[in-house]
Amino acid sequence: MADPQLKSYAMNFGPQHPAAHGVLRLVLEMDGEVVERADPHIGLLHRGTEKLIEYKTYLQAVPYFDRLDYVAPMSQEHAFALAVEKLLGLKAPPRAQYIRVLYAEISRILNHLLNITSMALDVGALTPFLWGFEEREKLMEFYERVSGARLHAAYFRPGGVAIDMPAGLAEDIHAYCDRIAKVIEDLDGLLTENRIFKQRTVDIGTVTEEQAYDWGFSGPMLRGSGVAWDLRKAQPYDAYDQMDFDIPVGRHGDSYDRYLVRMEEMRQSVRIMRQAIEKMPSGPVKVDDRKVAPPPRADMKRSMEALIHHFKLYTEGYHVPAGETYTAVEAPKGEFGVYLVSDGTNKPYRCKIRAPGFAFLQALEFMSKGHMLADVVAIIGSMDIVFGEIDR
Amino acid sequence: MNPALTELGGHVEAALPDHVVAVEQALGELAVHVRRESVVRVLTFLRDDPNCLFKVLVDVCGVDHPDRPARFDVVYNLLSLTQNLRIRVKTTTDEDNPVPSAVPVFSAAGWWEREAWDLFGILFSDHPDLRRILTDYGFEGHPLRKDFPLTGYVEVRYDEEEKRVVYEPVKLVQEFRTFDFVSPWEKMTPELPGDEKATRDAFPDRPVGARPAGRA
Repeated sequence: MADPQLKSYAMNFGPQHPAAHGVLRLVLEMDGEVVERADPHIGLLHRGTEKLIEYKTYLQAVPYFDRLDYVAPMSQEHAFALAVEKLLGLKAPPRAQYIRVLYAEISRILNHLLNITSMALDVGALTPFLWGFEEREKLMEFYERVSGARLHAAYFRPGGVAIDMPAGLAEDIHAYCDRIAKVIEDLDGLLTENRIFKQRTVDIGTVTEEQAYDWGFSGPMLRGSGVAWDLRKAQPYDAYDQMDFDIPVGRHGDSYDRYLVRMEEMRQSVRIMRQAIEKMPSGPVKVDDRKVAPPPRADMKRSMEALIHHFKLYTEGYHVPAGETYTAVEAPKGEFGVYLVSDGTNKPYRCKIRAPGFAFLQALEFMSKGHMLADVVAIIGSMDIVFGEIDR
Repeated sequence: MNPALTELGGHVEAALPDHVVAVEQALGELAVHVRRESVVRVLTFLRDDPNCLFKVLVDVCGVDHPDRPARFDVVYNLLSLTQNLRIRVKTTTDEDNPVPSAVPVFSAAGWWEREAWDLFGILFSDHPDLRRILTDYGFEGHPLRKDFPLTGYVEVRYDEEEKRVVYEPVKLVQEFRTFDFVSPWEKMTPELPGDEKATRDAFPDRPVGARPAGRA
């Protein structure tokens, strides 16, 4: 019998494939079942966010950030709020800082719950996904109670947060911390020592420390390769310098280590949430500057000045002094940065959004080379990509 | 002024005098303006110099200033994990002159440069794969340029008769509105409309000696 002639062939993975985590079109060049080349085609969810922001006032730009990484909306707003505050020379009042930290950590758990469980789903475990979504729903209820929306919160605003937390919410979140801690342990019991899960993820998509630097990695992708780097510790913003938490790091830089890092980060997030609630001071939640933050509703009934300020803020908006800043936060996925250029008007001149997933997906080519087709799914799952932020 | 950044800026300027145009520090952030040809040299220095070690290229992006002769700023944001510092490297270019690609120094630059090419039309020389990245297949134009309209030029819809997606010129049911928020009270200049008439020569035809007294 003659040897069958094998030649490489191109395969389209996505854009409508559940394991592509959104609209990723991946053109794979395969040699049998081994990946020779991976060419991700992105941009199928491109909405022109950066262009749109150039035509909106600074306040109107906030909701666009919810729609970037829609799995953890408030983390993106956080970066924008901090960038605008830097240009304005403001600092949010202490209570607002603690609320932001609390909700940034809720966002982190929201994100990691989705990522870990959908990665497990991709490699064959359905149950964690269902458990994870139940908890996500409860966490989004906390979003809803504070901002009125489960996803499109628009809650972190330049100068503080939109409104104070309603009575009883802090106690409910604190009580919920015990429950989520238990759910994390349940997920841990399902996955961490699971033989099939380990078969599918250990030694898959290994990234060394040097490679991680070279490809601009951040967040769990960098920490999975053994680099103890976290912007919350290294360049603390808001109230993070008041919080006591640890940075987990991986050892091997494979998909499994990145999973372990995310699991531990969720436990640390619960720790931070408890601290944020316990230490939260009372006081205002917005800067006391009527040129940036709107006056209280009650004032507007009596004070002409307050009414004028309100009208001006919601039509013209505030003018931001000319200048530029690159401000980044440790979003759940990695370093989420906003490069904001202001020309002194009420609209950003340029707002570049630096999404962590963009750098990760670029590295898919080298991470998947020589792996089997099914491993590509495990690698994409461990990268934690969401197309809202990659395509912008 | 952050002394660590001042020192770093001085160090970079002293080490690369032919390449660095200016060093500025604002809002606690350091920006180094470099010549276009020097981008790779400066990035390599920043990555490898033991006092810098900016090993992570965080971001590359363009900024469009149509009123300038070299209309595009190309901005590289770098992060040093050992120094815990950030630095911004900036250079300028126009539509025709390419910027040397940073891919040989940082692999991460590949997609960000593709994005800058796609959205601004900034060319990068020696880039291994300078294709469009974010816009549609077959897209024309560079949408983040300031002269590109927000609405774009084409819109897509599914055509029931042809059974495919068709591209058509944008039809707006309502004229696109941009609001000018410059308030006439805040931006008042000392000159009022008609002020230029005050200095105009009232009798341009008569010789200077024949004019009424007091007129220039």
